[in-house]
Amino acid sequence: MSKYNWDWSILGEAPYLGWLVTGAELTIALSLCMWAVAFIFGSLIGVIATSRNPLLRAVATFYIGILRNIPPIVQLFVWFFVVPELLPFSWGTFIKRDLSYGPFWTSVVALGLFLSARIAEHLRAGLDSVPSSLVNASLATGLRVAQTYRYVRLPIAYRKMLPTLTSEFLVCFKMSAISMTIGVAEISAQSYQIESYTYHGIEAFTAATIFYLCFSTVIVALSSLIEKRGALSK
Amino acid sequence: MSHFQFGVVLKSLPFLWSGLQITLTLTVAGAAAGILLGVLLALMRLSKSRPLSWIAFIYVNLFRSIPAILVLLWFYLLVPLIIDRPVGAFSSALIAFVMFEAAYYAEIIRAGIQSVPVLQREAALSTGLRNWQVMLHVVLPQALNMMTPVMLNQAILLFMDTALVSVIGLHDFTGTASIIATRDGKVVEFYTVIAVVYLCICLTASQIVRRLQKRLQAG
Repeated sequence: MSKYNWDWSILGEAPYLGWLVTGAELTIALSLCMWAVAFIFGSLIGVIATSRNPLLRAVATFYIGILRNIPPIVQLFVWFFVVPELLPFSWGTFIKRDLSYGPFWTSVVALGLFLSARIAEHLRAGLDSVPSSLVNASLATGLRVAQTYRYVRLPIAYRKMLPTLTSEFLVCFKMSAISMTIGVAEISAQSYQIESYTYHGIEAFTAATIFYLCFSTVIVALSSLIEKRGALSK
Repeated sequence: MSHFQFGVVLKSLPFLWSGLQITLTLTVAGAAAGILLGVLLALMRLSKSRPLSWIAFIYVNLFRSIPAILVLLWFYLLVPLIIDRPVGAFSSALIAFVMFEAAYYAEIIRAGIQSVPVLQREAALSTGLRNWQVMLHVVLPQALNMMTPVMLNQAILLFMDTALVSVIGLHDFTGTASIIATRDGKVVEFYTVIAVVYLCICLTASQIVRRLQKRLQAG
């Protein structure tokens, strides 16, 4: 360590401070968009996975099986490099050339869908844990099957899942860093860039690490607040 | 689809195989050493000594809250600085994964240790065994046995995480495929093939784990 040239002031200097700030903003924006994709598709597939129709259940099993068993970075490469080639030519050029923030949206889709498979699996377990007597009772009151999901099964499942959803969101937040491999300038990429411009890697990575730590702490604190309000009384 | 040539992948099989060997070595060595360090951390976390417990707590939570890719970058930078001479990307990546996985294994093993009934400990202590003997001969074997499926699943996650090492320039399975794919302009073919290979390996491995889990539950 003797040869390392420490200079923490670098983090406050232009343009490096700006890089870190935009990187942090991008990480947060990316995680929220990924989470939206993950939550919507995860809920959809999770519901399908508990359907009575064996064909629908098979579709859900297939979806979860494929998306959970390929490394997220490989899935990202497939969405970024392979999918545009398979689409009709004009769509492919739109994605590769004309779409602004192409790598950002590709990451949202690729990493969001990977996470959706994990959420679907948790939701399936959550929905299965709703007592069948409760479902039958709600059917007896005249609710349709879709309404039992909307008013009975999903609200109970989501509440039970709150701690799991929190940890999945943290997984989502950390996973956003993978997008740097296709050129999204989020916080890890920015700190890496500062490292290669200034050779002050320790300072730059420390900044990124502290950002991840702080954000995770805030999320955990927020979710325990929500859990206190939303928890099912025991 | 007709203009895609999957034949080129066959010609590059030796390269891909060398990449896959790096991926597998990282996974096996990372999981094995990660479990050892994880046991140590779990014991520290559960020990009566406040400082030891705190160090383990901080270690585990620090590693669990930052992305694997940032951990790789950290160690790629730090390892040569600390030992004061250049080491290859492989050593850096291996050390990074061992330290990173240990945090996850520590939590799994801690849960395992805590699930061994206290009565057993008391019984073992009353036979005259010392504290460390009880841990070593009674508690840990059961904890590790019980947690084997969970630890294997964690190893599958590690297998998938090793695909990130191309970010520090190590040519693992994904890295080799990226290089050849770009060189030959055969991106579609190579990424499709490695995605399928990863899928097959992970699905097979998780099937085996599931079977093991059933057998453990039955026995």
